[in-house]
Amino acid sequence: MSLIVHRIGPACTIQDQGRVGYLDQGLSRSGAADQLALHEGAALLRQSPELAALEMAGMGGEFEATKPLGIALTGAPMQANIDGSPIVWNASHQMEAGQRLVIGAATSGTYGYLHVSGGIASKSFLGSRSAHLTAKIGNTIQTGDTLPVASGSGVTGMKLNPDDRFSGGVLRVIASFQTPLFDQETLDRFVQTEFRRGSRANRMGMQLDSEGEGFAAQGQLNILSEVITPGDIQMTGTGSPFILLPECQTTGGYPRIATVLPCDLPRAAQTSAGGQIKFEFVSLDEATALQTAHKAELARLPMRVEPLVRDPHDIPDLLSYQLIGGMISATD
Amino acid sequence: MTTDTADMFPRISTVGYDGLLVSFADAMAEPSNRAALAFRGAVDAASWDGVVETSASLASAYLKFDPDKLPRTAIQDKVRHLLAQQNWLGAPLPAGRRLWRVPTVYGGELAPQLDEAAAAAGLDSMEAVRRLSDTKVRVLTIGFAPGQPYLGPLGSEFNIPRLKELTPMVPEGALVLAISQFVLFSGPTPTGWRHVGQTAFRCFRPDAPQSFALKPGDEMQFLSVSRDELETIRANNSDGSGGATCEEIAG
Repeated sequence: MSLIVHRIGPACTIQDQGRVGYLDQGLSRSGAADQLALHEGAALLRQSPELAALEMAGMGGEFEATKPLGIALTGAPMQANIDGSPIVWNASHQMEAGQRLVIGAATSGTYGYLHVSGGIASKSFLGSRSAHLTAKIGNTIQTGDTLPVASGSGVTGMKLNPDDRFSGGVLRVIASFQTPLFDQETLDRFVQTEFRRGSRANRMGMQLDSEGEGFAAQGQLNILSEVITPGDIQMTGTGSPFILLPECQTTGGYPRIATVLPCDLPRAAQTSAGGQIKFEFVSLDEATALQTAHKAELARLPMRVEPLVRDPHDIPDLLSYQLIGGMISATD
Repeated sequence: MTTDTADMFPRISTVGYDGLLVSFADAMAEPSNRAALAFRGAVDAASWDGVVETSASLASAYLKFDPDKLPRTAIQDKVRHLLAQQNWLGAPLPAGRRLWRVPTVYGGELAPQLDEAAAAAGLDSMEAVRRLSDTKVRVLTIGFAPGQPYLGPLGSEFNIPRLKELTPMVPEGALVLAISQFVLFSGPTPTGWRHVGQTAFRCFRPDAPQSFALKPGDEMQFLSVSRDELETIRANNSDGSGGATCEEIAG
């Protein structure tokens, strides 16, 4: 069973929760930029969030099912239809053999996800199917590729109503071991600044633009290279911040002013170009409470899924349905 | 506060939400790198439930943990207890280390920032190549990109800062220099380090049975060869060894 790729956007890759255990060899985890979307897709298809999905940056593609197949769409909302009939985002749908799913550009946010029942069954490398383009693991999906699909339960016709996480906002951060390298004036200015997501963004990291001077640490160009984690906010030589994402380096010498909490990373990664971002420091205790609440939300996702009621406008052959069947027989 | 005590080592600090960093110095030195490698090894050997992953950087060991299984205060206690067990600065290097000798072209079109690096070190280019080629360096840590070693220490004359402006791209196998260290790049990348040498050595070999060539603690020497010699090596480099030799270091 598989999906044939007839058209594809320029930055679509297979992603799961990433590869753990290779930091000591300089290989960062990779995995979906929006991990919440993986959990949502799993809830919609009633399957494991560890299964791989197609991550689509900015633009989707056109996919043909070779056999009947359940799909789900999550993350950044994109225009989507099956054989020309519009379908709802944040929902699961049934595709029949030969039907074509068309996914267009994101209407907000950055990363959309196409999940299939059973998961994408591409080759695993060091325990994960995640592409890691900077490490030359895996590739962007190309026109003519075939995405292998494992067999799955095929539960479809469900939807979720997630909160908007596609237009930036306040990201909660915690101090990290290099935060003390920045003086108080710089830290104050950092939390007061309205940043905009810059145009330089990929799965390694996203640049933030702001008015005024940069955010330099003391002795910035001679700092010992030290461990990096996704969510770190790194200052380059010019003092302009990057939020580091799943394909970030594992070590580096540019100082990190703070780290975005894991529960706010999906919102960070999804912010589209020009979107506004501010930062708020929270204590480790507050961070623990926020993370605990986030994990509880993830665990509740399967209970939040509800049946998708089709809008009659979305049914192209409405007149062929027996809409009044039974009414006449009832009076006979 | 994110650190125990600002100026004392070993120092335990937080790394994001679910990490701890145990630092043995805030500058690169041979004993602190050895301590980091040894302490990380001891944490791995202890197999604490709730530790997700560990690594060692130049002078620190990093522990990523699951705060649900192993609360922050509990792991800090365990780390403090383990730190007190011995003088980590006196710990031996890991066993099974190897010496790699890697043919390298210094300067010229393949490594255009050698002259600049030599000048920054106060040397003429020939003398810089002689010193760099003669020095055995240790794999201090592997990071930034898969399989990619930070190597050192080089002599103090090579303690030159990183560049403010990134070089847009250096190729795989590039040997770059800053702050008395080399990095041998495992893939094409932009960098603020000066590109002084070029090799055909592949640190990351995803198609090979062993995906990663090097281990922390290994030693490397970058022997000066001509461009013609490197081109000959490149023509027959399907295993990615780049003409390097490898021998076990005794003891």
